[in-house]
Amino acid sequence: MSGVRVLVGTRKGAFILTSDERRQDWKVEGPLFEGWEIFHLKGSPADPDRIYASQSSGWFGQIMQRSDDGGKTWTTPGGGPEKSPQGWPAGESNKFVYDDSAETGKPMTTHQWYDGTQHPWEFKRVWHVEPSLHDPNTVYAGVEDAALFRSTDGGTTWQELAGLRGHGTGASWQPGAGGMCLHTIVQDPSNSKRIFVAISAAGCFRTDDGGETWTPINRGLRSPFMPDAEAEAGHCVHHVAMNPARPERLYMQNHFGVLRSDNAGDQWQDIRDNLPSEFGFPIDVHAHDAETVYVIPMDGNVRVPPEGKLRVFRSKTGGNDWEPLTNGLPQGNCFVNVLRDAMAVDTLDSCGIYFGTTGGQVYCSPDGGDNWAPIVRDLPSVFSVEVQTLR
Amino acid sequence: MIRVVLPPHLKVLARIDDEVQLEVAEPVCVSTVLDALEARYPMLKGTIRDHVSRKRRAMVRFFACGEDLSHDPTDTPLPAAIAAGKEPLIIVAAIAGG
Repeated sequence: MSGVRVLVGTRKGAFILTSDERRQDWKVEGPLFEGWEIFHLKGSPADPDRIYASQSSGWFGQIMQRSDDGGKTWTTPGGGPEKSPQGWPAGESNKFVYDDSAETGKPMTTHQWYDGTQHPWEFKRVWHVEPSLHDPNTVYAGVEDAALFRSTDGGTTWQELAGLRGHGTGASWQPGAGGMCLHTIVQDPSNSKRIFVAISAAGCFRTDDGGETWTPINRGLRSPFMPDAEAEAGHCVHHVAMNPARPERLYMQNHFGVLRSDNAGDQWQDIRDNLPSEFGFPIDVHAHDAETVYVIPMDGNVRVPPEGKLRVFRSKTGGNDWEPLTNGLPQGNCFVNVLRDAMAVDTLDSCGIYFGTTGGQVYCSPDGGDNWAPIVRDLPSVFSVEVQTLR
Repeated sequence: MIRVVLPPHLKVLARIDDEVQLEVAEPVCVSTVLDALEARYPMLKGTIRDHVSRKRRAMVRFFACGEDLSHDPTDTPLPAAIAAGKEPLIIVAAIAGG
């Protein structure tokens, strides 16, 4: 029997929600890593039992966790049961050190600060973990201050892909309200060398050689908070999504609008049309239809649902012509936010859509957005939602 | 044996319930105690002091024998009662957050 496993990262731990394919009756497990912030956790497409989690704390910094049994047990890779030849646990799974060596070329050590001055890069936390499509032991990490790291040993050691920070525009990157974070990593299933990343506030970038070199792909974006609103980099991209069946098409929720690219990011076009707000954080695509896309607009100033109505908007035409989806969602006095990594889709025949709120609710629509119901209502503030479809 | 008391979050991470007892070679100071602690529990690397700079994380403090040792050089010998195992070195998370 098929089913789903929903991985929820919150301000005070992680939760795992499971159901069969009907997605009506749910088992809620957690909190895992109680008391720690879990920015993101995600399962490996190559091995659903392998899950990576980013655990952090303002007091004690960054920890990486890994499960090899679908979330039943966890270990800090290298710091847990894996033994060194001497018998002690070995490894430093939470060691993220920026590569500023001359060998990698163009070391970039400062970025733009809020006041426009230059500021040194300082590691804060891992925002997003993205397991490889092909190898359970290979996983990418998007971090604050913005950089991309990769582990090829199951999260035990991490190396920066320094060509991103060093490609030339780094000095113009600047932190948004949430910090200067690399929050989105999208792999092209048709080309293992192609990866897209997005950074607030720097923009969207693409590699076509497995991470060695990177190109800004922000043509068509317009950001009035910059002196040159159409600059090559510096844009506040909130999230980017792709349907794997059509990898050259990308959808973007930007600070200033919703956009689509049909040529792998070379050019973007505005698709916001009749949305009640150009602002929002998450965006996702229907698992079986690359034309159907979902956003959750927020008031751009206070970052709550416009009119106090929690509405998911769906376009079935690749953007534009948006319809509000409200059945089962609060349509009054609702002032929660939905963060950028807090929406996901499953791949069951009737595509399920999921999102979590800063008020601790996790909603599921088992029918592509037509009807919604809460899975849980009172979790800690939700940072991230990912779904594994289990068959 | 040197006794070390960890804050609750780090006990969860290291999967220990009580204070830690460590063999620490002379001189017994904060840096050598942390070296021994991290050797026993590598998952604690980076959580008390930075991986590279070895500086104490801003919201972590070191108390011993009723004194705040957080701002002493980390190679300062710890009080005799710590070295003798009569009193623990207490690693404390700052009171902040919510």
